[in-house]
Amino acid sequence: MDNSKCLVSCVKAGLGYDNRAIIEDFDFDVYEGDYICVVGENGSGKSTLIKTILGLIKPVSGHVELHDTLKSGAIGYLPQQTQVQKHFPASVMEVVISGCLNSMKWRPLFGISEKKRALKNLDRMEILDLRNKCYGELSGGQQQRVLLARALCAAEKILVLDEPVTGLDPAAAAALYNILQRLNNEGMAIVMVTHDLKNIVNRAGKILHINEGGYFYGTVNGYMDSDYSKIFV
Amino acid sequence: MEEFIQMMSYPFIVRAFIVGILVSLCAALLGVSLVLKQYSMIGDGLSHVSYGALSIAAACGIAPLKLSIPVVIAAAFILLRMNENGVIKSDAAIAAMSASALAIGVTVTSFTTGMTTDVCSYMFGSILAMSQDDVVLSVVLSVVVLALFIFCYHSIFAVTFDESFARATGVKVPFYNTMISVLTAVTIVLGMQMMGAMLISSLVIFPALSSMRIFKSFKGVMISSGVLAVVCFCAGMIVSYNYSTPAGASVVLANLCVFIVFLGLQKLKTIIKVA
Repeated sequence: MDNSKCLVSCVKAGLGYDNRAIIEDFDFDVYEGDYICVVGENGSGKSTLIKTILGLIKPVSGHVELHDTLKSGAIGYLPQQTQVQKHFPASVMEVVISGCLNSMKWRPLFGISEKKRALKNLDRMEILDLRNKCYGELSGGQQQRVLLARALCAAEKILVLDEPVTGLDPAAAAALYNILQRLNNEGMAIVMVTHDLKNIVNRAGKILHINEGGYFYGTVNGYMDSDYSKIFV
Repeated sequence: MEEFIQMMSYPFIVRAFIVGILVSLCAALLGVSLVLKQYSMIGDGLSHVSYGALSIAAACGIAPLKLSIPVVIAAAFILLRMNENGVIKSDAAIAAMSASALAIGVTVTSFTTGMTTDVCSYMFGSILAMSQDDVVLSVVLSVVVLALFIFCYHSIFAVTFDESFARATGVKVPFYNTMISVLTAVTIVLGMQMMGAMLISSLVIFPALSSMRIFKSFKGVMISSGVLAVVCFCAGMIVSYNYSTPAGASVVLANLCVFIVFLGLQKLKTIIKVA
């Protein structure tokens, strides 16, 4: 594949903290338009991988390269919701526009271009009518769409999601998957940590399964034939 | 009005007003972020640490602020970092630290002077305590706090709402957390001389708590907290002057009244919505 389309590339990387690698000899590439599900038991290193992709921690060995366009924090990130956020007094617009912070440099106020970007992404998530509502008063599924719109403000090419359907009812989860599918069809690369493999396996292009001491990375079909799939599917 | 002019003819009351208004404003702005991050008890914890430090300073004959400001900044630093390390839960850490600091303070005091008016006024505050230095320091503090909240408003919102996302988009989260801890510490040390160690935390919590009843946007909560803090402080002081009630307690009661009114308004709003 064309190297310029490679957004994230890990070569023989050791991922972990304080010089202790949790995952070793890790080769992993994300290309434009990929749809990757990351599965694995708790503590296997999924969060470490995400933090490394986001540039929050450095690999303890090997290389992790990000595409030039991603370097100024331009990765859309959907973290797990915290308890604090659920009743946070903020308008939807305030939350979404905070995704534009990485393009601000030292300007203290958002300009017209940031506002346009926020409105465009609210529209993309079909929640334009909620923009003046209080974030804390929305349903779980609506809150997740707001956070997704915020992530889209930060990035055009890649979204990293950390267990996005946790706590959502099945209908809201299905709606979220449909949105992600649409974004992926538009060319957005998606890297999603999930425990909900059963409902997503048909949509994902590739699976990354991290296990203690090893990992599998490949297509869904390859995954279903491997020993790794027996644990989760 | 005449009474007000008469009140302002005392230099110590003028000093108390200046320091009080500025400190209330700072405490309220910082308080919004602290309350939302579930650090409401931090004001209480830090004021006890400050009490301990002031007692030691009094016993050793050191200028009180010179010792207590660095000690309280260190304590604030430790407490706000607790969450990241997760060795001890932060609420337990605050409780443990405030009790220990109080115990140290009381013990040191009993060895030296005994409970003098000085030490007692640290507990419940005294508007006589404000010196010229306090006025200067509170002006500097409020300029720094206001500058931070005006120029870095969006980053502060991002850090308060979602630290992980803020980090990922390149906001310097440790810088903002450090600024908030240091400024909170200085606010507490300055404010507790007037409000007292037992009462200062209300300046941090009440304005944010009341504002959150009515306002549903971050900006609304921020502005309302600042305004409420200043209004409640002035109301408390005027009541205190006219009815000879303790100043710190009167300010807290003014805040409590506003909170009850706002709580009522919120209930009314939900009833109207349902009907």
